[in-house]
Formats: sequence, C-alpha cells, structure tokens
Amino acid sequence: MSEVLVVVEATREFGVKKVTLEMLTLARELGTPSAVVLGGAGAADALAGKLGEYGAEKIYAAEGEEIDGYLVAPKATVVADLVRRVQPAAVLFASSQEGKEIAARLAVKLDNGILTDVVALAADGTATQVAFAGSTIVKSKVTRGLPLVTVRPNSVTPAPAAATPAVEQLTVTVADTDKLAKVVDRVAEQKGSRPELTEAGVVVSGGRGVGNADNFKLVEELADLLGGAVGASRAAVDSGFYPHQFQVGQTGKTVSPQLYIALGISGAIQHRAGMQTSKTIVAVNKDGEAPIFELADFGVVGDLFKVVPQAAEEIRKRK
Amino acid sequence: MNIVVLVKQVPDSGADRNLRSDDNTVDRGSANNVINEMDEYAIEEALKIKEAHGGEVTILTMGPDRATESIRKALSMGPDKAVHVVDDALHGSCAVATSKVLAAALGQLNADLVLCGSESTDGRVQVLPHMLAERLGVAALTGARKLTVDGATLTVERQTEEGYEVVTASTPAIVSVWDTINEPRYPSFKGIMAAKKKPVQTLSLADLGVAATEVGLDGATSAVLEHSKRPPRSGGVKVTDEGSGGVQLVEFLATEKFV
Repeated sequence: MSEVLVVVEATREFGVKKVTLEMLTLARELGTPSAVVLGGAGAADALAGKLGEYGAEKIYAAEGEEIDGYLVAPKATVVADLVRRVQPAAVLFASSQEGKEIAARLAVKLDNGILTDVVALAADGTATQVAFAGSTIVKSKVTRGLPLVTVRPNSVTPAPAAATPAVEQLTVTVADTDKLAKVVDRVAEQKGSRPELTEAGVVVSGGRGVGNADNFKLVEELADLLGGAVGASRAAVDSGFYPHQFQVGQTGKTVSPQLYIALGISGAIQHRAGMQTSKTIVAVNKDGEAPIFELADFGVVGDLFKVVPQAAEEIRKRK
Repeated sequence: MNIVVLVKQVPDSGADRNLRSDDNTVDRGSANNVINEMDEYAIEEALKIKEAHGGEVTILTMGPDRATESIRKALSMGPDKAVHVVDDALHGSCAVATSKVLAAALGQLNADLVLCGSESTDGRVQVLPHMLAERLGVAALTGARKLTVDGATLTVERQTEEGYEVVTASTPAIVSVWDTINEPRYPSFKGIMAAKKKPVQTLSLADLGVAATEVGLDGATSAVLEHSKRPPRSGGVKVTDEGSGGVQLVEFLATEKFV
C-alpha cells in the first residue's frame, strides 16, 4: 500500500485537532497514513501518541523557528520536498485557512491540481464537494498530479486504529523567499472551554433576534448544556453582539455538526451557506415565515426568551 | 504607493446559483453577476491607503466580456483605472491556471501592494493569494482584519482560531482582507459618472505570453466530473409555542439522542 500524507492540524492548547483524526481515518482507506507535523520544537513528540492511536504508521516532523515563525511558505517547501521524495498516493490537508494555503503553494510548486472543502474521497481519487451554500453536490478529480485535497471538518467519523509510528525529523532548508511574512506576535484570546466551532458536534447560534450582546448568555447557556460551540449570524456579529471569529455563514465559518440550533436567525442565504449541511437542524424564531424553518428538522415558532430558558431548564431536569 | 486590487465577478450569492449542465462550469449567464462582496473591502482598503499615502489604485479582473459591468462598478468607488484580462480560451480555468494568468498580469503592473478579498463567494477556495505569492516570490499576508502601512513595511493583524497573529512583510506583497477590516463606501453619483471615463485596458493571453493550452478546461489541473442539486431538506416539524415550546424542543432532542 502506498503512503498517504496527512498534514497535521493541531493547536498549542488542545493538541491534535479532530479534523486530523478524521483525515487519518480517511487516509487508511486510501493507503498507509503518514502524519506530517509542521510546528515549533518538540511538536511531533507531543502529538505522536494521539496520531498513533488513529493509525499513523509514520511521522515526518519539521520543527523550529524556521517553520513556525513565518506564514505558510516554509511549510509548503518542506511538504513539497517530502512529496517529491516519497511519491505518496495522496496528500490530505484540513480545509482550514492554513491547510488551504499550504496546499495552494504546493499546487503551484508541483504544478498539481487541488481540490478544497472535500467531504468524501474515494480510492480512485474522486472527491465529493458541496458548493453554492450547500445546494449543489459536485464530484471532481485532480487530473494533473496526485490528489491534493483539503478535507472539511466533520465529514468523516474518526475511528481509532492503533499504530506505533516512528518519528523522522526532516532537514529543513527553506529559501529566503519563504521567510518574507514574519509572525511577530501571537495573541491568545479568551474562548473558554467550548469546543472549536468548525469541529464541534453541536453548535448553538444566535442571530439578530437575540437582541444584544448581553442576551448571548442565553445562547452560551444552551450550548454549554449540550457540550457545544457558540456561533453567530452575520447580523448578530455586525450588530456587535458577538465576536467575528464565531460568525457562521458565507463570510464566516462553515460548520457541519450533528446538531445545529439557530436562535433568532431568519436564515438568509448568507447564513445558510455556513450551516446547511448540518445533520440535524433546530430553529427557534418568532417569525413563522422565516426561511430557516425550511431547513429545520424541528422548529419552534415563538419567543426565544421564553422557549430557550424553558428548554435549558428541561435539559437540567433530565440530566 | 502603486496598489492593484483583484476583483472577481461572481454570481450573486443571494440568488439561485448553478453549474452548467454542458461543461460543469459556473453558470454566469442566468444569475445576476456582481462584484465578489469580499473584494469591495479590498477596494475600500486600497482607497484609504491612497488617501493617506498617495499613489494609484488599479483594478485587475480576469473574466468574460460581461465582467466589464463589475469593473465599472468597482471604478465608481474611486480607483483610477482597470486592467481586464479577457480571452475566450480562459473559460473553465482552474485555480492553478488562474494564478498563472493573474501573476503574468501583475508582472506587467509593478504593484507595491496587491489587495484582494479573502475568498470569492462562488468558489470559496481561498488559495489565490498564496498561489500568486508563490509565483511572484513575494509575501502573502492573508486574512487581514487590520492593515498598517509604514513606508515599505506592512503590518497585518489576522484572526486565527486561538486568537490573532501580527505579521509583517516588506512591499511588494499581497494582502487579503476579511470583511471586518473596514466599511466599504457607496459609489457617489459623481463617482459613477467618472467611472465611465476611466481607462480600462484589456489584455489577452497573447499579451501576457501565456499559451492557450495552459488554461481553460483543456489546461485545467482538476475536473468536475458531475454535479447534482442537493435534495431540499424536508419532513421537518414546526410547532407554535403555546407555553411548552421549550419542553417540546428538548423532547425532540431526546428522541434524536442529543440529551
């Protein structure tokens, strides 16, 4: 079986991201997964346990300031060298900003096709994508080079398959042109213990109907009771109710959780673009004609300030 | 500062959008075509930089003849001129080929700064800035929510999942912006009238020295094999709250095993 490279996505705080485990699971169907860790010194050792648990047979590591101190260009150089050497069957990235950007540079370096936001990948390289706000399903294929694919989070159910990967440290030789965009500061912003928005199994979002920033506590409360992440519509973000990094929709994040709860969100196309592929959708809105109800598996027409506290109370009772 | 703003014409994201049944490319004929919304933020940022530091703002668009409408619209916001890369052979070009064409055009424009939106609302692929940077050997600072220009030094604040990063580079560079960076101006009547007279240069593939075989459907590095409309969601239940809506909601969540 030929090697499939999985470029690891991880955070400093929480380690390997769920999408990485999803990619390893997907990679096992295509060949033998090798994880590629690109980060600060010691990153691979910190992540090796988890990567092995999900079937990484090998770990390639490129670490240090040369890699971590600049935007994606050095990472792309390292991956390109590795691809030329090991000739993998496919290279998988997370469909995050960074994943897409490394893949973008790799595509140019290798003069290779690229497919983004892939939700399924068959052994013959046929990828499934969802386009136009979730309204269109597309089957596509890289026709020049190897399948270079970015995988959308929550598209695959991660399944463990123990392996004991050896770590191979890669020699990092990056050109000066890879070091033009220097990261001078990284500032952590408080986000509490909630799961990351694109990876969460449950997302509870608030819209204009939530009314003000203070009322978002109601959205947060329901999210916390369900172990979910909090999202917001563009209208809510533009009105200053909630920070932009939590925006779901066309100009924000795309989420595809098991459960999506929309509170006070009318369901304009800009919002639907970011959540339409969620497995189960629940909506609470006082306007019974709101388009969000066309998507909802369960909708409550009513005042969210009455419905949501009652729901929260009921969940507590059942716990 | 010589600033070039990349502007793409896209089908209106608020309308029904489709792929064509004959060649699987984006149907640009039946939809309303508009400026990619994200690009308006890039235009605004370019105009603000020009106002503060002087220079010139050029719109660069690759697209069919009808993209002229979007170019005039972009010019009505205030940029000085535009370059329109238009060639029948470009129809169906993939991202890799598009970056080749735009890089060739940028090679003729001597920009200090290239600005663009973080993504287009049709493809949402987000790869162009880094593809161009790779080809041109310049820095790409992507996803800016704040951009500061100090001489030849650019400083960008960009949102990340854990917070934000501060990134610097020297010009020439490419910066992509999110919609949090500014509030785009509306074209004034004067701006709309002036836009009609602003120079729009058209460039063909031959002008750029790019072979027709490297672009379009035949030169594409990936292919759409088939597409279909996702069936609309149906079978949902809608209840009106008459005092027990919250309990009913939780009962539904319980039957779906979420609580």
